Amino acid sequence: MTTAAAAPAVQPVVVTRGLDLTFQTNDGPIEALKQINLTVNQGDFVSFIGPSGCGKTTLLRVAAGLESPSAGEITVNGMTPDEARKHRAYGYVFQAAGLYPWRTIAGNIKLPLEIMKYSRAEREERAARVLELVDLAGFGKKFPWQLSGGMQQRASIARALAFDAEILFMDEPFGALDEIVRDHLNEQLRALWQRTKKTIGFVTHSIPEAAYLSTRIVVMSPRPGRITDVIENPLPDERPLDIRDTPEFLAVTHRVREGLRAGHAYA
Amino acid sequence: MRNVLPILSVLGGLLALWYLAVVPMNLRTALDQAERAGVSVVPSTAIERREASVWYLMLNNSDQFAATYDIQRSRLPTPDQVVSELWKTTGAMALRGRAMTKRSLIYHGWITLQSTLWGFLLGTLVGIVSAVVMVYSRSAELTLMPWAIISQTIPIVALAPMIIVLSSQLGIEGRGVPKAIISAYLCFFPILVGMVKGLRSPDPSQLDLLKTYHASALQVFIKLRLPAAVPFLFTSLKIGIAAALVGTIVGELPTGAISGLGARILIGDQFGTPLAIWSALFAAAIMAGILVTLLDLLQRMTLRKMGVAH
Repeated sequence: MTTAAAAPAVQPVVVTRGLDLTFQTNDGPIEALKQINLTVNQGDFVSFIGPSGCGKTTLLRVAAGLESPSAGEITVNGMTPDEARKHRAYGYVFQAAGLYPWRTIAGNIKLPLEIMKYSRAEREERAARVLELVDLAGFGKKFPWQLSGGMQQRASIARALAFDAEILFMDEPFGALDEIVRDHLNEQLRALWQRTKKTIGFVTHSIPEAAYLSTRIVVMSPRPGRITDVIENPLPDERPLDIRDTPEFLAVTHRVREGLRAGHAYA
Repeated sequence: MRNVLPILSVLGGLLALWYLAVVPMNLRTALDQAERAGVSVVPSTAIERREASVWYLMLNNSDQFAATYDIQRSRLPTPDQVVSELWKTTGAMALRGRAMTKRSLIYHGWITLQSTLWGFLLGTLVGIVSAVVMVYSRSAELTLMPWAIISQTIPIVALAPMIIVLSSQLGIEGRGVPKAIISAYLCFFPILVGMVKGLRSPDPSQLDLLKTYHASALQVFIKLRLPAAVPFLFTSLKIGIAAALVGTIVGELPTGAISGLGARILIGDQFGTPLAIWSALFAAAIMAGILVTLLDLLQRMTLRKMGVAH
């Protein structure tokens, strides 16, 4: 990786080698991650899919420096995840929007900017810009309880985008939303990614969501948590919502299902 | 305004119960007075009446019921007697420019209020600071929390005289300081418990979020833990100020305090004037009501300003 990059350089952003993570619990050790080898390149939209307990969230948390691996290597932007965290290399979106109820929507978006000591003018400017980006312009002065669940989740995405991190980690951000809202947000997220070309790691339970959004799909299976398949998504860049009815799309979801089935003996 | 009707009906029920209780509570005194006035009562002598149950007396002396409502030193004063005594010792005296004399409940209430507020301030400070220490240090919590709990199991009436004696031994003049300490002693605990709960109320993902921003411990405290604790704090403050008032009154009871609502209650007890006790009691209750209401208003204003109330 240190060799001078040859032509159209694809920069690796997250690289793991033989990554293990074992949690010590009262019921004995649990192998949350086992031998994870993965490279996420710049501009990738990588979905992690698998049943509960397959370690997909844990993997994202390790990459974010929120958990420490037991063995193996992981680098984010060539640094350890903890260093990357301290360099504010990524924005993280949790399953719950987690907006502070005592801050307005704009106030919530300015939270990371205050912590990172951006100037007042810059905070205002950035908050306005990312609100626009997630289609919430005009809602900055509202409080979270005045917004629907989908709008709150969009605000939390705006908050993660506010400080221009090149990487976006999203942990089932739409998991708690109904399907209609979810479709809409999927479309918006896809458009957002095309505009910003951020590197996105996206954890999901939903096969169509993974197939619709990502450039690559990482299929995982539990006990121990490991990767069973990595699918390069052959779908074109332009993806209207009804692409989900095409045979190409169904072929992708079929392969994901196969991967899930191979990894686990669910009846 | 919808709340007024239920409140009024509970109040009306309590008043009715009170008026009903006046008859059995005061009947013996009324019969004694009637006997002395030459009215025939059943049984006719005080010694026989002492043996008889109050129900027996009530069955046989229904003509004396009215008299039970009009006795000077009754065991149970009627609500109107209490209200007129309250007025006599507050409003009426204030109108005559004697609000700050020793017979005025305004004067005694003011003495009690001062200690209550100092105790409340001290207790709040101690409660908040120890909550912060406990939230940030597991070992401090393990060492201090049991003592905080034990402190609340010791009856304050047992402890109050000791604090007063100790403070006079240390050369502290007057009752103000020991009273404030007793008051703080009662009021810090609800504030400590509420603040610990409040400071811990952010869920792990909210803390993780700040971690992803590489926020400092101070930033986590100021931006997340402290604002999250505010609703909890106000609930505790309302309990705390009522406890502070009780603490002050208890601090005024023992060993010859001469001013404060607690002293009025004690003096009423010693001189056998229940009316003085009741009016001091009501003065204390009204003061507690006002203090809690003020905190409630402050809570509403603050939470609305924070956008949390809706």
